[in-house]
Amino acid sequence: MNDALCAERLAFGYAGHPVGRDVSLALRPGEVVALLGPNGGGKTTLFRTLLGLLPARSGRVLLGGTDLRELDRRAIARRVAYVPQAHTGYFPFEVLDVVTMGRTAHLPAFASPGARDREAARAALARVGMSRLEGAAVTRISGGERQLVLIARALAQEAPLIVMDEPTASLDFGNQVRVLDEIRRLRGGGAGVLLSTHHPDHALQLADRVALLHGGRLIADAPPREAITPARLREVYGVDVAVREVVDAAGATHLTCVPASGKGGAPAW
Amino acid sequence: MTRRGAAAAAACTAAVVVAILAAFAVGRYPVGPGALASVLWAKASGGEHGLPAAVETVILGVRGPRVLAALAIGAALAAAGAAYQSLFRNPLVSPDILGVSAGAAVGAVLGIFLSQPVLVIQALAFAGGLAAVALVYVVANAVRGHDPLLVLVLAGVVVGSLGGAVIALVKYLADPYNQLPAITFWLLGSLAASTPGDLAAAAPAIVVGLVPLALLRWRINVLSLGDEEARSLGVDATAVRAVVIAAATLMTAAAVSVAGIVGWVGLLVPHLARLVAGPDFSRLLPASVAIGAAFLLAVDTLARTMARIEIPLGVLTAFVGTPLFLWQLVVARRSWQ
Repeated sequence: MNDALCAERLAFGYAGHPVGRDVSLALRPGEVVALLGPNGGGKTTLFRTLLGLLPARSGRVLLGGTDLRELDRRAIARRVAYVPQAHTGYFPFEVLDVVTMGRTAHLPAFASPGARDREAARAALARVGMSRLEGAAVTRISGGERQLVLIARALAQEAPLIVMDEPTASLDFGNQVRVLDEIRRLRGGGAGVLLSTHHPDHALQLADRVALLHGGRLIADAPPREAITPARLREVYGVDVAVREVVDAAGATHLTCVPASGKGGAPAW
Repeated sequence: MTRRGAAAAAACTAAVVVAILAAFAVGRYPVGPGALASVLWAKASGGEHGLPAAVETVILGVRGPRVLAALAIGAALAAAGAAYQSLFRNPLVSPDILGVSAGAAVGAVLGIFLSQPVLVIQALAFAGGLAAVALVYVVANAVRGHDPLLVLVLAGVVVGSLGGAVIALVKYLADPYNQLPAITFWLLGSLAASTPGDLAAAAPAIVVGLVPLALLRWRINVLSLGDEEARSLGVDATAVRAVVIAAATLMTAAAVSVAGIVGWVGLLVPHLARLVAGPDFSRLLPASVAIGAAFLLAVDTLARTMARIEIPLGVLTAFVGTPLFLWQLVVARRSWQ
């Protein structure tokens, strides 16, 4: 449990606007946890609370056994990296500069990154296949490329845990596969990854555990085959879905979700 | 250093040197580069320059202090503006945004109204600028649960317009033959009366403000991504922001207390600097300092020589700044997009 990020009976949300409560969730190095939930269901708010960016309304978040409130930002950033949803940004920093910002937690307060930090940033860019964009302005690349740059920045941060907010949201099919592969590699290297996603298939393919956030509470936190059932998906998303086995090009079997066509039904709201 | 960085550094240095040489070479008593060099060399080495005493008086006693004041104030306003534009993630922010100029103006105007000596007026302007921003900061911190930047800007607008009301009241009450013109001239900004003492008073505050900005250059970059991302990358956003605001306020208050309200420098120069050096604050800060110094000295030289009477500096920065800003808005949006 030394490096784990644990939420204990967490209530989260904003002043006068509670979003969720009674959430207990753990992320340990070496595992991938996928968080599924509908739009506006509080996934990002939960992540912000887990990262200490938003104060918990009640309950607590422990990082390596210490309450987040007792840790400074630098100590947290060395142990948990965050990949937010990509936005355009405000100033045209070069891509390499943005990735190098991932090194900030390893720098003394008044220092600028040095050659070794630049090398770490270049290596991280290479891992997500974005080396060719090194000198491009981050405001001028596509949304998908920007998402990969933010993932590279989290890699450069070299934290044992990474929280990713919909890392595949704006990616084309090939880049989605690449990001999922990279997450597998991170797990192979001993990192723990908590990601939110709108694709149950990604959770089925990738995750060791799946958490379902619905109505501000976790209604499941279990291995993917137990968590992702037609009944639960119907409860969360209000659609009829079949879960089927498919065989991939290499002969391995996977589970996949197949929505029943024309049976979307009325939206849950 | 990259080729682009080296070219930018060379261009900035050249701009400052040209502005200095031009400032001495034009005016009622032109001093060429040769005379300037021999007088400075004679002073440094303790030798004789063999030129008329009037030349030395112009260089060391009259124009020199004014040139140095213009350089220092231009650099201070531009550096503060660059820091604020990064901090507020907004290229349309100037150092006045948190009310420092309004506060300084209230202080100076009250000093003039109470017929205080110049030194007291300057001290009141400096204190007024610091007090206004301190008030804004305290008010903004008392408001919880909102975007801290938005609250800061709103509080700055409110305190700034309160300052405007106080200034209007004092102008209304002031003696219209002596005090009112003095107030008006102060609000227009000028370096005509700058003395070596002014510079000595303002320089320490400007340097003290510049040092933390230089030290925090990387963290200011990270902060320009936004509070949340900066914090997730390990930056104590609240602390860095407080230091940047304190530093920029100190520099701006020092500049304004000597020169009066000189607008446009802090808004326009960081744009030009970003165009030349890019958004990385470790290059943006020195580029802003150099271009701000050169810009204000060039405008002050124009103010002093364009017409028979001196044109107020704050008026001329607006006349020069507006077309430059519009040009860069239309042609060169690259600096912020």
